[in-house]
Amino acid sequence: MTPEKAGGATNPETTTRTGTEGSATLRRDADALVVELSGDWALEGATPRFARLVVNGADERSPDALDFEATELGAWDSSLLIFLVQARSYCETHDLEFREAGLPGGIGDLLELARAVPGRAIQDPPVAASFLARIGSRGLAAGHAVLDSITFLGEVTGGVARMLRSRCRMRWQSFWVVVQSNSSGALPIVTLIAFLTGMIIAFLGAAVLRRFGAGYFVSYLVGYGMLREMAALMTGIIMAGRTGAAFAAELGSMKISEEIDALRTLGISPIDHLVLPRVLGLLVAMPFLTIYAAFVGILGGMVVAITVLDLGVTQFVNGLLTAVTISDGLLGVFKGTVFGLIIGLVGCMKGLQTGTDASAVGRAATSAVVLGITLIIGANAVIDWLSVLLDL
Amino acid sequence: MTISEMGEIPIEVRDLTLRYGSVTVLQELNFQVRRGEIFVIMGGSGSGKSTLLKHLIGLNVPAEGAILFDGEEIGAADATLRKGILRRIGVLYQNNALWSGLTLAENVALPLEEYTSLSRESIDEVVALKLALVGLRGFGALYPSELSGGMRKRAALARATAIDPEVLFLDEPSAGLDPITASRLDDLVLQLRASFSTTIVVVTHDLDSIFRIADRALFLDITEKTMTALGPPVALRDDPPSEEVRLFLTRNRETGGAPGAVRGDER
Repeated sequence: MTPEKAGGATNPETTTRTGTEGSATLRRDADALVVELSGDWALEGATPRFARLVVNGADERSPDALDFEATELGAWDSSLLIFLVQARSYCETHDLEFREAGLPGGIGDLLELARAVPGRAIQDPPVAASFLARIGSRGLAAGHAVLDSITFLGEVTGGVARMLRSRCRMRWQSFWVVVQSNSSGALPIVTLIAFLTGMIIAFLGAAVLRRFGAGYFVSYLVGYGMLREMAALMTGIIMAGRTGAAFAAELGSMKISEEIDALRTLGISPIDHLVLPRVLGLLVAMPFLTIYAAFVGILGGMVVAITVLDLGVTQFVNGLLTAVTISDGLLGVFKGTVFGLIIGLVGCMKGLQTGTDASAVGRAATSAVVLGITLIIGANAVIDWLSVLLDL
Repeated sequence: MTISEMGEIPIEVRDLTLRYGSVTVLQELNFQVRRGEIFVIMGGSGSGKSTLLKHLIGLNVPAEGAILFDGEEIGAADATLRKGILRRIGVLYQNNALWSGLTLAENVALPLEEYTSLSRESIDEVVALKLALVGLRGFGALYPSELSGGMRKRAALARATAIDPEVLFLDEPSAGLDPITASRLDDLVLQLRASFSTTIVVVTHDLDSIFRIADRALFLDITEKTMTALGPPVALRDDPPSEEVRLFLTRNRETGGAPGAVRGDER
């Protein structure tokens, strides 16, 4: 019987009994080690650790068993369980018999629960892949993404074909909702951005053209710039951020809550039911938005021309009408329509490809916007190049 | 046995009326939950069980009446007191509500980081213990989306019990679980109560579970919009205070098996 204080000099806080603080002391009793538990054991208190206890309680004669005395034990919580789990694993590694007879009732069962082996093998942590393997898997993933996009495009085309042959029931109600929210609903932000864009082009023109005494041509620059390029591009970027992200998030959360599976099991194609109304709705709304944006932008440019360049309204309008042709406007509208198609398709595709957790919805929305804007600008460059070739 | 400054009545509900807008969901509720008991709130679908639970855990504010948590009114509590109250409760939500962006270990660790000043090492120990207690040892690095429904439920229970709550609220714990898994969960609930003397409030309509674990049960009547029975479930079944209660508690018998027959064998 050689009583040992827990912790010893290295760990003074466990040796001082403060009346309520939980503590454990180790003593030798015949062939067994006995742990005396006392005080109140609380997670946030300084509760003893079994490893420190046995380091100081080590004895020359190896004991056979570990006993517990809990007569002075007060209240306890998980901290005691953690201590006992440590004690038991010590017993297992040192060939001691773990006697739980002295422990408070019920705790043995909890220890047994904590010991139970999970029903399924624990997954190995993924091994870090080599550089080449990473390149390969990235390449494969990119290939799959392209394949998925082509499949999706094919499905949508099939859906449109079914619709044209009136073999699928389009949800006209949600079509109109999409048209409304992307036309009148988008007007405020489109107005603001287009007006400012027109002003920016006019400022640009004022700075450059005035040097050559050609300030008069600012209306040409604004009209040509807005109609052919900026109206469609700015509207496209706004709608990619506004509507493309919304489509992706909406369909993504529908996928997570198994709403899309529910449609499939009813034999309803999610393409027909969800994608077509959105893509077509945006396709219808975008040309009108582009025309509107062009007019607002020209208005913004006119404000700058009048206030900064001292041009008159008639002068501005005359300059505009003599320089700009109807084909400039048609090109812009064509671009806007293409952009609308891109935004709708990308948003819906990313939504339907969403993974299974909440953060996947965020990723889907992000990549819908990023991919949408990238494709819009790419398409813009291609169309411009073609228009130069075709001399439009 | 557990550390508790609580009185004998952790939860008291006085003249409680619950409304959504102008629609009264429940009215004239009066009951007390005793310390260390398993208190079941039962009733048919739409009877307001989950609404009542939302009020008990302070998410919703009652329209009339008061909910006293250990003598303190949650609705009137200031931020400090409220946090003190929330520190002492744990909630298992109906759909688990595990944070999908965090691993299981991080899910269980978050309440500990929020409410205790434990070191990283101690938190890891507690997390390992809590996951082991629900049979998920070694699953800590997985994300909730990688688990089956039953495992998610158990992980959510590990999170609910992370800070050794004095009162544990369980919303439909057996929903979506197979009878054997549900029965194991009941075992776990009984074990928690036996070991930590946790007061447990369970919202359920699972009869097997009610007869298995409940010390007392509260019946919410959907037509009366109030509580029509309170007592040990067996007593309520043998001497039902109303026809609704009798139907609810004997439903299983009329459809074939005695309550608890399926899982009674495992007792």
